[in-house]
Amino acid sequence: MQTKGRKYFLNGATWAILLILTFLFLIPILWVIGSSFKSTGELFSWPPSLIGKNPSFFNYQKALEEGRFGIYFFNTVFTSVTATFLTIVVNVMSGYAFAKYRFKGDKILFGIVLATLMIPLEVIMIPIFKVIVATGLYNSLWGLIIPAVASPTAVFLVRQYYVGIPDAYMEAARIDGASETSILMRIMLPLAKPVISVLCIFSFMWRWNDYLWPKLVINSKERYTIQLALANYSGEYSVDWNSLLAMSVISMIPVIIVFVTLQSHIIGGMTAGGVKE
Amino acid sequence: MRKFERNVFPYLLLAPTLIIFGLFLFFPAVNGLWISLTKWDGINPQVFVGIQNYIKLFSDRGFWNSFLRTIFFTGVSVPLVYVSAMGLALLLSGARKGNDFFRAVFYWPTMISSIIVGLTWRFLLGEEFGVINYLLTVMGHSPVKWLTDQNYSMGVVIFVTAWSMSGYYMVMFISGIKAISETYYEAARIDGAGFYHQFRYITLPLLKPTSLLVLVLSTVTIIKTYPLVYALTQGGPAGATKFMVQTIQETGFEKNQMGYASAMTMILFVLLAMFTVIQFKVNKGGEQDAD
Repeated sequence: MQTKGRKYFLNGATWAILLILTFLFLIPILWVIGSSFKSTGELFSWPPSLIGKNPSFFNYQKALEEGRFGIYFFNTVFTSVTATFLTIVVNVMSGYAFAKYRFKGDKILFGIVLATLMIPLEVIMIPIFKVIVATGLYNSLWGLIIPAVASPTAVFLVRQYYVGIPDAYMEAARIDGASETSILMRIMLPLAKPVISVLCIFSFMWRWNDYLWPKLVINSKERYTIQLALANYSGEYSVDWNSLLAMSVISMIPVIIVFVTLQSHIIGGMTAGGVKE
Repeated sequence: MRKFERNVFPYLLLAPTLIIFGLFLFFPAVNGLWISLTKWDGINPQVFVGIQNYIKLFSDRGFWNSFLRTIFFTGVSVPLVYVSAMGLALLLSGARKGNDFFRAVFYWPTMISSIIVGLTWRFLLGEEFGVINYLLTVMGHSPVKWLTDQNYSMGVVIFVTAWSMSGYYMVMFISGIKAISETYYEAARIDGAGFYHQFRYITLPLLKPTSLLVLVLSTVTIIKTYPLVYALTQGGPAGATKFMVQTIQETGFEKNQMGYASAMTMILFVLLAMFTVIQFKVNKGGEQDAD
């Protein structure tokens, strides 16, 4: 009887801890969302309220009209979508090659891909700047896209996935006279849907949330991504919290949509490959 | 003809990946070594100066302060992230109703950008308008200068780092815990082992590969911290939360000392490489365990 009481107590305690933690993890973001509807006065007045007395979209309007937010939003969408598409093309190609072909130097080339993990962007900030300038990619959205397309993590994920698909599919197609290209395009590519969708989510999120790379590549305000704009505005002497909060909320919307709809994919995909850029 | 096609095809598939890695990773990596041996402002031609940048670096107090600050920050943050990720995983590894919801809630901060995480907490911790200081005054305390007082800013950065990263490693721990066979726990319960003993003698030892991976991955990530701090404190007050990446970035791109900044990145490279090598070993060990 005593143990049963103890069990109830433990269960209750666990629930209490979980609720407190939920509060800690959820409230900060909800507070930002709520505050984005407040007027300047209410933003800084005590006692604070969740969304203010007269919640309005004024901050959003202001961010769009004065802050050139539309341009930043377009730049970010264009960069993220294009980079995601190319990331999939390029890494499905290389991951497939490593998984399904034996060729001269395959081990060495795979070693090279592995070795890229030793060279994070933070370590080559200075020389990469030189390359970006020399290739004419400086201050261009393509400068954000092209170098980011090849990713060791993506190569590993795709390779791992294709290793699990039997070679028999390919052999059968070869006997029927299919070319290597059409084997990939018609048989192997459609089979890779699950890994492609995981890659899609992560690639999009990486590009959407990226800061250091745009900071190195982009110079003029017309090419700013949202993250760059947010960081830039927040560094100003007097921070315009109204616009900043509205911009933050808008930039979170795609993330929220992706997260809510594909949550199981994300958490599942993460554990499968230890996905980390 | 067919054979030729099969021999050439894989190289064609690999070409884009290898060109990009070569041009944007390996070439700069080697070039960085060369730049570190020159004096360069980013515009005018480079001038070879031998190891002068390195000699200067060794007596640069500002740099070594930011180096030690980074080590201290990493040394405190990694254990904190480790313990909170493990704690969350233990709370959520069972099949309780609602666990999916809690898992999503704790994972959520890892999805938003470091910039927004930084701004969010900066807004909450604002000295004169922040809701946290309001709550403190309601409870009868005086407001705290969270971000502009040297005694608090480092603690705030460490806390926010843990807040934004724990969920990510929690997921890794949960899948590690789920992989442990239930029979061990049944046997332990029959022998009368309580929760603590089950954790100490079953969960923890069997999670060793996951633990090592989490420690190494989080260490490498935390050493590179920059955007979060930039949005939260901008490295302030008076450089109290300025870490290595920010120091390098400012030296190279704001003071235009590209050669000197390159010498700094070599130190960062060595530091990160040590942990990445461990990561390779751990990963391999993990694979062998799985076999």
